[in-house]
Amino acid sequence: MPIPSSRFDPRLASAVAASRLSRQVIQRLGRGGGTSAPGVIAQRLDPGILRKLSARMANGTIVVAGTNGKTTTSRMIANILESDNQTVIHNRSGSNLVRGAISALADHSTWAGQPRGQIAVIETDEAALPDVVRDTQPRMILLNNLFRDQLDRYGELDTVARKWRGALELLDERTTLIVNADDPSLMSITDNLRVHRVTFGLHGQDHHLAALPHAADSSTCRSCGAELGYHALYVSHLGDWYCNGCGRRRPDLDATGTDIVLHGMDSLAMTVHRIDEALKIDLGVPGLYNAYNALAAVAACRELDVSASVVAESLAEFRAAFGRLERVEYKGRLLTLILVKNPVGFNEVLRMLTAETGSLVAPTLIAINDLDADGRDVSWLWDVDFELLAEGSAAISTTGIRGTDMANRLKYAGVPGARLESLPSEMNRALDTWIDSIPVGEKAIILPTYTAMLDVRRLLTDTGATDAFWKQ
Amino acid sequence: MTTSSPSLSIAWLYATKMNIYGDRGNVIALAQRATWRGIDVTVHETGIGEAIPEDTDIFFFGGGQDQSQVDVARDLQGTKGEAITSAVEAGAAALTICGGYQLFGNEYRPHDAEPLPGIGLFDVVSKAGPERFIGNVVVESQWGELVGFENHSGLTFLGDGLKPMGKVVVGRGNNGQDGTEGAMYRNALGCYMHGALLPKNPKLSDWLIEAGLQHRYGDVPLLNSLDDTIELHAHETATGRARRAH
Repeated sequence: MPIPSSRFDPRLASAVAASRLSRQVIQRLGRGGGTSAPGVIAQRLDPGILRKLSARMANGTIVVAGTNGKTTTSRMIANILESDNQTVIHNRSGSNLVRGAISALADHSTWAGQPRGQIAVIETDEAALPDVVRDTQPRMILLNNLFRDQLDRYGELDTVARKWRGALELLDERTTLIVNADDPSLMSITDNLRVHRVTFGLHGQDHHLAALPHAADSSTCRSCGAELGYHALYVSHLGDWYCNGCGRRRPDLDATGTDIVLHGMDSLAMTVHRIDEALKIDLGVPGLYNAYNALAAVAACRELDVSASVVAESLAEFRAAFGRLERVEYKGRLLTLILVKNPVGFNEVLRMLTAETGSLVAPTLIAINDLDADGRDVSWLWDVDFELLAEGSAAISTTGIRGTDMANRLKYAGVPGARLESLPSEMNRALDTWIDSIPVGEKAIILPTYTAMLDVRRLLTDTGATDAFWKQ
Repeated sequence: MTTSSPSLSIAWLYATKMNIYGDRGNVIALAQRATWRGIDVTVHETGIGEAIPEDTDIFFFGGGQDQSQVDVARDLQGTKGEAITSAVEAGAAALTICGGYQLFGNEYRPHDAEPLPGIGLFDVVSKAGPERFIGNVVVESQWGELVGFENHSGLTFLGDGLKPMGKVVVGRGNNGQDGTEGAMYRNALGCYMHGALLPKNPKLSDWLIEAGLQHRYGDVPLLNSLDDTIELHAHETATGRARRAH
């Protein structure tokens, strides 16, 4: 555990001040939330800022990583810890590079560089994990999953896996590693480390997939190269796996999610079993992937000795993060916004949207951009199983910089031309045309990539719509 | 052709091991465009240790991660590589992308490991380069302008007399030096274009389907044309995107 220290460090103080001031300036200029540029400036003034600030956290630092669900999971953990009356510093805005972590810590520190919080929850992206772990020496690391995502930015999965392993090898038993045992890649990355490893995973034959989806990355054993088999497959390559070659298998679980009940696009329920307890969880967000996120949060927070009742109560109150699944009323239509950013996440969203009837039930607008934050390569759309949408009658419209690629993908997925509308790439034009096609009072769905989501949200905010969340 | 509907057999090499960057979109494009014309399409996914179906008309071979490439290279040595080569010599078509392209060549030389032998269908040698070429790419070719997305650090050099698929208009291509992209031997193609390539380049899809049908039936009538409005719209957006970034 890091030892809190309050000795004055002039260099640190100047870096903290610079970060806080530049953030205020950026916000005053109206240039977005100002969540990463201040971190860059602060790091230049004091390269040791992240190490120093995290060493001053009384209850240490928790690092959350994984391709999908890290924002949701880290928010669940932060909320639970707050319910437990701990003061939490969390890079909430989803700025999850090293500079985002710095900016969050600096923002919640005194001018002298003393954090005004007991515990830090740092969400980090795949590429930044090694640096964040080295600098923060976390008390706990949570690894949710490792999927293919933005290969143009992170490089191949094998490379990411090697770098993660390298960072984890430097830690010892003082760090607790909460890891998804249903992910065979994460198991080989975390086998035989000195850290205290706590595994979680799902159990049961409900909600399993019939076959490995095309988007799945690791169908082979990282030890011997043989094909992996599954007693049950839940999401992408996550499941109760075993190797046909060397006999490796999913290890025994420390925290097991069972009896999952999915309530469409609204909520889910699950029981989490640990050594001597069975904790019933009701969650205000839907989808099997959120069962994984909640299970991870329960495993982490129970390991941190937060009481079971505080964990359950906090999760029952939980609502989705910014744009990840938001409900908004706009011009009398009831819109649900769900962020899509990679094949696995998109597949799970499609699975949720088609779960009840086997097809889409509401008109849907898919908005695909190809800016840096979205991934400049739109090839990933071909790894998503849009074939699920071929049946049914709901109209599907496309927009965004690469909306035409999306329309083409849907055509080849077998969506008939009569249900397919390629709208202008500019969001403002597309949104109004699309809205006009939907009867007032009806539900509709928007599936945007990250920067497209920012565009949609800005348009909705400009008309005051995002304040008007509608109730089920 | 007989009076019953024509058929076409596609072999998708290492579909589970070599499947990054959405390359399966190429198989979807071939299968759909043939099906829309009333052709019976069979897709055989051919994995490690599995024989090449004898009646293959079109091969597809996509990109993969480094470790996958080592396993696959080993599997291709010997009878399997020979079966592919003789099918291509007999007129079968092939589309290979990135790692698949490299393994259809003579060899691939990594930075820090033993060279990986290819099947030598293309007289090309590839080696690990110092930088990664990432971005939209436009290529002038016999199929008109092709557009895709490249993401590779391997550099590929063509042997004397081997035709490239085309000339790079935007992007880096085979090696960033000689302005070429891809290779073409008989009806077999190799290149670095993801995207996926075929769905946005319907002329190239149809050329491969025609070559596959010719391999099966000898002379065949030209394919009837399809409404490619959506495909060409996507093509136009992508080429525009490529040009604006440069």
